[in-house]
Amino acid sequence: MKRMTRILVFSAMLIILFSALSSVAAEDRFPRPEFQSEYELPSTTAPSPQDNLFSYIDTAVLIILLILTSYFALKMRTRTGIFICSLFSLIYFGFWKKGCICSIGSIQNIALALFSNTYVIPVFVALFFALPILFSLFFGRVYCAGVCPFGALQDLVAIKPLTLPRWVENTLGIFPALYLGLSVLFAATGSGFIICRFDPFVGLFRFGATFEMFITGGIILLIGVFIARPYCRFICPYGVLLKWASALSRWHVTITPDECIQCKLCENTCPVGAIRAPSPALEVEKREVGVKRLVILFLILPFVMAGTGLFFSTISHVFAQLHPQVQLTAQVLKEDRNITRTTTDASDAFRATGISLDTLLNQTDHILSQFHLGAGLFGLYTGLIIILAIVKTSVLRKRTGYEPDREACVSCGRCFEVCPKEQVRRKKGKEHG
Amino acid sequence: MEKNKMNRREFFKKGLQALFGLAIAGTTGFSLFKTSATETVWQIDPDICIQCGRCAENCVLSPSAVKCVHVYSICGYCDLCSGYLRTDPKELSTGAENRLCPAGAMTRRYVEEPYYEYVIDESLCIGCGKCVKGCSAFGNGSLFLQIRHDRCVNCNECSIARECPANAISRISSRNPYIMKGAKI
Ligand code: SF4
Ligand code: SF4
Ligand code: SF4
Ligand code: SF4
Repeated sequence: MKRMTRILVFSAMLIILFSALSSVAAEDRFPRPEFQSEYELPSTTAPSPQDNLFSYIDTAVLIILLILTSYFALKMRTRTGIFICSLFSLIYFGFWKKGCICSIGSIQNIALALFSNTYVIPVFVALFFALPILFSLFFGRVYCAGVCPFGALQDLVAIKPLTLPRWVENTLGIFPALYLGLSVLFAATGSGFIICRFDPFVGLFRFGATFEMFITGGIILLIGVFIARPYCRFICPYGVLLKWASALSRWHVTITPDECIQCKLCENTCPVGAIRAPSPALEVEKREVGVKRLVILFLILPFVMAGTGLFFSTISHVFAQLHPQVQLTAQVLKEDRNITRTTTDASDAFRATGISLDTLLNQTDHILSQFHLGAGLFGLYTGLIIILAIVKTSVLRKRTGYEPDREACVSCGRCFEVCPKEQVRRKKGKEHG
Repeated sequence: MEKNKMNRREFFKKGLQALFGLAIAGTTGFSLFKTSATETVWQIDPDICIQCGRCAENCVLSPSAVKCVHVYSICGYCDLCSGYLRTDPKELSTGAENRLCPAGAMTRRYVEEPYYEYVIDESLCIGCGKCVKGCSAFGNGSLFLQIRHDRCVNCNECSIARECPANAISRISSRNPYIMKGAKI
């Protein structure tokens, strides 16, 4: 008997299935029971998200760490202090806050907020974006030294850093700037946050992440044993902004505040190869030659920019493939033209919404034109970056002693200890104290 | 001459400094027009969700921060729950092989003839949406997927939202962090 009812109900279900296919929101197929017994409807739990309060705490921690690191790096000149800051930030922003939100990713929130009509960001996100750059404008890359959890993690594993040839460093160093441009392009067009997608360390911070995330993070850390801070130097798009700010910074860490005696002891202590030798006493090339090269470079700059701009705007459709709606439109069109018989979940879902194909095509056209413009701008920017990189290598700066390069130096403080002048200074300081 | 040159350099640097500072402050300030006092969190709109199963796989957390949620006020308390049992059973029984949930997260309890109460154990649920699919296809749709904020770490870009074929996941105000089905009835 019971069996019978079951079969009946199941066939009823099948009938309902067919009717369900025509109606999207099919609810209330079965009447809600009226219980005879004392049965109370359980309530559905709704655990609340973290309080807004936490974002204030995060911002406060960010500011305090920035101030402390600046103080330790520039005033106290203690590697230990910087190291403690970075360890704390690794634990707090990395493992405790699970790496979100970070200043690196905030570039995308800012970009999207600037270009989208609907997207809003909480105030603290804007602060996470701006504060480290402002600090960099005053004190150099102190954010990288003691506040960035990525930097801290890589700093920990940099056990046997090798010195890379300068040209390798310079060539690979262009990539972060391009990555910055791309991430702004994709964020502004609403295609996605590629910095977050290709974030190598967030998987480690969250332990339970996907296998690939774990592997990429692991590989980068392994490389980081021999090539210090590979993410910082050759990938990090936020580091680019910090570099630019640091190049202009008001103050900056020095190997020693006293006069350099050119003992060369510090030459190889810098894990990121930022220490530059004094300029040769006799100039290798005449000033005129250098100036001439500069003039030529600036003359060809507009042509290079126009070329790259044109190039990227003609291939803008390649970039546009990353936008989910562009993919969807391609799939829907393929189905309509009978090129493919298999539908995707996305195309099924689109058809279920009942939105007309024309609406979809219109929206997609709009996205494509945005990409056309955006990719063109990205091209102009790429041209500029490449020429500037060449300019940088051909400008001779006068240096009377060993100095950290303001762009490359991450203010880690490793070079302080080896400088004999610094040792003398510290002893003096102790005697006085 | 030498001194003059230094001055020019200093001047140049100061100018660039101010320019860069202004650019950053300007960008941030401009985006501040678009700030909200309240924060936002990711959430699934159960009416758009097609229960594709990607929620179980794509969350940065494993198991996923997405869980099946049961709103009892919509439930029919059916004996033959299409969210609990497969519709193509080899044999009609409530044996484990006939249950939908691969994680064994759903249990049922007899209430009174002919009603059964269905309970999701969130610690076991992997957010695969199999039960949700069954319930929305044949039942009242009282089971649905939600991002649970006690687990979700509120990624800057939710990696499920990125993969969701129905575009069902978006940011909503953290004051009202769930889109519960019963609320609409
Ligand atoms: S370069 Fe980027 S990843 Fe490295 S410490 Fe600086 S902000 Fe962090
Ligand atoms: S403080 Fe700068 S120059 Fe000195 S070791 Fe660190 S990164 Fe290199
Ligand atoms: S990915 Fe989207 S459609 Fe698929 S189960 Fe999750 S919310 Fe639903
Ligand atoms: S925001 Fe992150 S943790 Fe939350 S559901 Fe999405 S992927 Fe999972």
